[in-house]
Amino acid sequence: MPVIYIDDQPYEVAAHHNLLHACLGLGFDIPYFCWHPALGSVGACRQCAVKVFRDEHDRRGQIVMSCMTPVRDGLRLTIDDPDVRRFRATIIEWLMVNHPHDCPVCDEGGHCHLQDMTVMTGHNYRRHRFAKRTHRNQDLGPHIHHEMNRCIQCYRCVRFYHDYAGGKDLNVFGAHHHVYFGRHESGALESEFAGNLVEVCPTGVFTDKPARRYYARKWDLQSAPSVCGQCGVGCNVLFNERYGKLVRVDNRYHYEINGYFLCDRGRFGHDFVNGEERIRRPLARESRGASLRETSADDALSRATQAVAGRRVIGIGSPRASLEANFALRELVGADSFYLGLSDAEFKSANLSLALLRELPTASLHEIETADAALVLGEDLLTTAPRMALALRQLARRQPTAESIVACPVPEWNDQAVRELVQQQKGSLFSATPGPTKLDEDAAAVYYGELDEIAGLGLAVAAAVDQPSAETDSLATQIATALRNAKRAVIVSGGNEAVMQAAAAVVRALRRAGRDAALCLTQPEGDTLGLAMLGGRALSEVVRDGAECVIVLENDLFARLPEADATAFLERTKTLIVLDHSITRTTARADVVLPAATIAESTGTFVNYEGRAQRCFSAFAPQPDVRESWRWLDALRSSLFWPTFDDVCRAMAQAVPAFAKAPDAAPSAAFRQIGNKIPRQSPRFSGRTAITAQLNVSEPKPPDDPDSPLAFSMEGSREQPPPALIARYWAPGWNSVQALNKFQQEIGGPLRGGDPGVRLIEPEAKP
Amino acid sequence: MNDRPLTGRMHPDRTPLSLREYEQAGGYQAVRQAVGRIAPVEVMNLVKESNLRGRGGAGFPTGVKWSFVPRGAQARRPVYLIANADEMEPGAFKDRRLLEGDPHQIIEGVILASYAIEADIAYIFLRGEYTLAARRVRQAVAEAYQAGWLGKNICGSGWGLELHLHTGAGRYMCGEETGLINSLEGRRATPRNKPPFPQLSGLFGRPTVVQNVETLCNLPHLVTHGAAWFKELSRCKDGGTKIYGVSGKVKRPGAWELPMGTPIREILEDRAGGMRDGVHLRAILPGGASTEFVTVDQINMQMDFDTCQAAGTRLGTGMMIVLDDQTCPVGMMLNLERFFAQESCGWCTPCREGLPWIVQSLAAIEAGRGEPADLDILEMHTRLLGPGLTYCALAPGAMEPLHSGLKIFRDDFERHLREGRCPWS
Ligand SMILES: Cc1cc2nc3c(=O)[nH]c(=O)nc-3n(C[C@H](O)[C@H](O)[C@H](O)COP(=O)(O)O)c2cc1C
Ligand code: SF4
Ligand code: SF4
Ligand code: SF4
Ligand code: FES
Repeated sequence: MPVIYIDDQPYEVAAHHNLLHACLGLGFDIPYFCWHPALGSVGACRQCAVKVFRDEHDRRGQIVMSCMTPVRDGLRLTIDDPDVRRFRATIIEWLMVNHPHDCPVCDEGGHCHLQDMTVMTGHNYRRHRFAKRTHRNQDLGPHIHHEMNRCIQCYRCVRFYHDYAGGKDLNVFGAHHHVYFGRHESGALESEFAGNLVEVCPTGVFTDKPARRYYARKWDLQSAPSVCGQCGVGCNVLFNERYGKLVRVDNRYHYEINGYFLCDRGRFGHDFVNGEERIRRPLARESRGASLRETSADDALSRATQAVAGRRVIGIGSPRASLEANFALRELVGADSFYLGLSDAEFKSANLSLALLRELPTASLHEIETADAALVLGEDLLTTAPRMALALRQLARRQPTAESIVACPVPEWNDQAVRELVQQQKGSLFSATPGPTKLDEDAAAVYYGELDEIAGLGLAVAAAVDQPSAETDSLATQIATALRNAKRAVIVSGGNEAVMQAAAAVVRALRRAGRDAALCLTQPEGDTLGLAMLGGRALSEVVRDGAECVIVLENDLFARLPEADATAFLERTKTLIVLDHSITRTTARADVVLPAATIAESTGTFVNYEGRAQRCFSAFAPQPDVRESWRWLDALRSSLFWPTFDDVCRAMAQAVPAFAKAPDAAPSAAFRQIGNKIPRQSPRFSGRTAITAQLNVSEPKPPDDPDSPLAFSMEGSREQPPPALIARYWAPGWNSVQALNKFQQEIGGPLRGGDPGVRLIEPEAKP
Repeated sequence: MNDRPLTGRMHPDRTPLSLREYEQAGGYQAVRQAVGRIAPVEVMNLVKESNLRGRGGAGFPTGVKWSFVPRGAQARRPVYLIANADEMEPGAFKDRRLLEGDPHQIIEGVILASYAIEADIAYIFLRGEYTLAARRVRQAVAEAYQAGWLGKNICGSGWGLELHLHTGAGRYMCGEETGLINSLEGRRATPRNKPPFPQLSGLFGRPTVVQNVETLCNLPHLVTHGAAWFKELSRCKDGGTKIYGVSGKVKRPGAWELPMGTPIREILEDRAGGMRDGVHLRAILPGGASTEFVTVDQINMQMDFDTCQAAGTRLGTGMMIVLDDQTCPVGMMLNLERFFAQESCGWCTPCREGLPWIVQSLAAIEAGRGEPADLDILEMHTRLLGPGLTYCALAPGAMEPLHSGLKIFRDDFERHLREGRCPWS
């Protein structure tokens, strides 16, 4: 590893980095704007200036942009030199020429990278005495708020939206000091990843529109690490609460999965937590035909317990409920009476996925991004696993880079130079889908056909991998050649059994040929794969079986069964008990409804498409009558078995061998850091007494949390917590999300202490 | 032999030479002599030997620039050559004369340069407002294709060249070679970082050489008559002639082809006829709008790359702008900086935000609303918009007249502040 000298002190750094990356990684603070670990360097903002010296005798030195300077053995530099400090402060002075000086009313205030960098450079006195340039804002739709006057022209937004994510409708317009970042006219942003602008933009130009309704600063939010349940990818998120409302969802960095970016469904799709449809009190009806009325928890529980007692009870689980909730239901009704709560197609697909994942290796999103070839069979990923589509796009962008930078050596972080070399070359990404998808433009070749034709193509590719032949130049041979030539190949599929089997056949063929190949199978919901691992009967059987008493866990039968079957089944059911957080057609027919906590209010484990168990922690305590589903279900038993989350999680690990490692997904509630719990609130959390002043002027006791090592409090450990327990990114001087730098082993690399979660499935074929 | 090879055969009435006239005057001789007969490397060596330096402003030795282009099997194809005909700097109009007056000469230059670097495709990137030049070059290109000077298998050599004329949409930035390349690719005209240099990764990520029109126009003569002849033309160690121009309040503003190294006085007095009656010379921007001022006492300075540099300025385009005593220097600088601020591409912070601040400050001073601190602000910008601190050379160029202007015209600035008005208004 090369050694560089910072103020004459030697440091070992990675050769493939630029100086900025290397210095930040060593823990030095250098201000920057346009550089982003995932987007590379473009040298636009000139904020990251340092001084380099020719040799140890050179005392004059030369100012260079650290983000554009490759690391070189023996390189000497200083960050803290009067010239370069003055230059960096002047960059801020220039950026402030037109910037509104109204941080107190700005939505970015408190987590603003521009604020942080301004303080870091020490610029504070305004000398510009002329009028500011102003812009008009645009209406960018329901998710993103736009305030162009706050722009510092770092070009990150277009580089993310346009270059990284392939969006077409956001760009840069105009020139000189009138450059404008937006759409050609007002209108909702079209990209599935538009929400990331909120975090990519270092100032308050793009802010979270739903969140700004709540007027809450970052330091006033109560936050917890969690997982997005909107599809099977399992991106890591932070849920942030204030006043009992979920205020915003932020990306939570996970090196192997979502990295720096979420899709909009994850970021903006958790509205239901605050929704009008929420069930906040237990409901019960006196008799069939009577209407559902609010009742006490005790009453609801005693009704439910009576209905359950001594009867055969059917339990219907859910792919959107945690493992623990499903397990608790299975324990209550017995394995024979536990049905998975998946539609027929989902049931088959989930079970087949499980069998294939037990046989063949899979790949994380990071492994997809860095693979050399990929084939998508049957899936419109922007609908079924959007973040995976973004990872595949990166594969398509990166793969030709590798060849180009051999021909003309350019560091990979030099984004513009790399894109110039690559031009329109497409990486080895192939896609076969029933119709056009947004991933097509990144693909080297695209095929449209019926699902059976797609399966046929998959099998043909597998055959061509087995028997490479030069003569035909059919699509299947073209794909097979690219896959065979790849050091690492990924086959992505999901949904349809025949197509999934074909995908598996390709992976097997590649592995027979001695290639490193992995199979990625999308899962529709947050815990689909976990549910399959738990095991249970098909929902279609329930219609035939029937029972007097049925418990439905966080599920709407009308979404899983044909309408007539669902109606007939529920008509035959004497007592229907439903646990859910929001009103559905199934809760409307229930005799007893137990209000379930949402993912943002509960602790639980979810298993993503790779078989990775990940822990969600509640960002805020549910309202008094709202409980985690596993708690309600435990209460329905003759005596309480699981007073805390760890009890149910451990019981599950013992009872279900597949989940033996599930408790390791995160530290247990007993975990303490220097004797303290990890606070969910920042040390600056304000208004503790004011929040409930209309009820009681004394400070309320914070709710206990027996289920996790996190506390509903600002008190607790101030140390950096283990990765699974990171509730916010903050470091001294770094209030914005860029504080993340301080949480990583290497910038852009794994988190310190390793990325959280455990893979539960060991394939027979080792990677 | 002609001591004005570039312009000597042009028609006095400014109509262009037809293909026949051009060929009769010895045109395309060089192509006939070189293409297929001399190895491309030999042509490059000849140019190296001649000390031809780029006429677009930076003065980089042309042959040396070519030597960075990968050759043979190593080269990723196509290799491109681009003639930079964007000429948009205030005061510059030399390339326009060459393009309008003798369009086949630039085409021949392009062919020779392309041959030397083994290029496959060439572009002439022409300033959009040069509509007359566009018409004439377009016609000349068509004629050259017909006559077999362009297209496949030129002179039976097996080597061919495709030449396209591209007219720009009017940005100064498109004259900067990497901004030009981006613009030609259909991207925003922002510059690129170097390295990688265009010779390795230029247009569409392929090896590319960008050369000024005047530079290229030298090649036919250089190839025909040889390096020794070429060096003889000049009055200094850089070879050839130079097209010098003068604008400002002189009797006969214009452009003339003279030996490289002709002193300012000769250009100004013998060619431009001296200052108009009643006005006196105060200072000169010798190389155009983006060079440092020189004062009256430097009027005997030889106009060549090294002498200009030693005098603290640059030869630039060689198109000098003179300032007289009836014109406010602050107003002149305001005018120039307005241009640069307007033409800033908006990519990097110092230039994008700094130039408008300079304009605001100069405008305030000129309007009599200046404050002493404004001078410090201006001075700070001349230091912090320096080479390497900004992303490209536009901002450092913009600072050159201001940097020396602040020193030379200190009294004039202070009078504006003191009197609260422009003394010339
Ligand atoms: C802002 C800016 C504008 C420029 N405009 C021109 C131009 O109009 N024409 C030109 O030939 N060179 C221009 N140049 C110089 C080119 O970048 C490049 O150096 C030149 O075309 C190389 O050709 P040469 O070596 O033949 O001089 C400009 C440079 C800068 C920084
Ligand atoms: S963007 Fe940042 S610096 Fe600008 S007003 Fe908002 S909080 Fe302040
Ligand atoms: S809008 Fe934000 S991200 Fe885009 S250029 Fe401006 S400051 Fe940078
Ligand atoms: S100095 Fe910066 S802003 Fe100015 S033209 Fe060059 S790149 Fe653009
Ligand atoms: S971070 Fe280096 S120039 Fe912007």
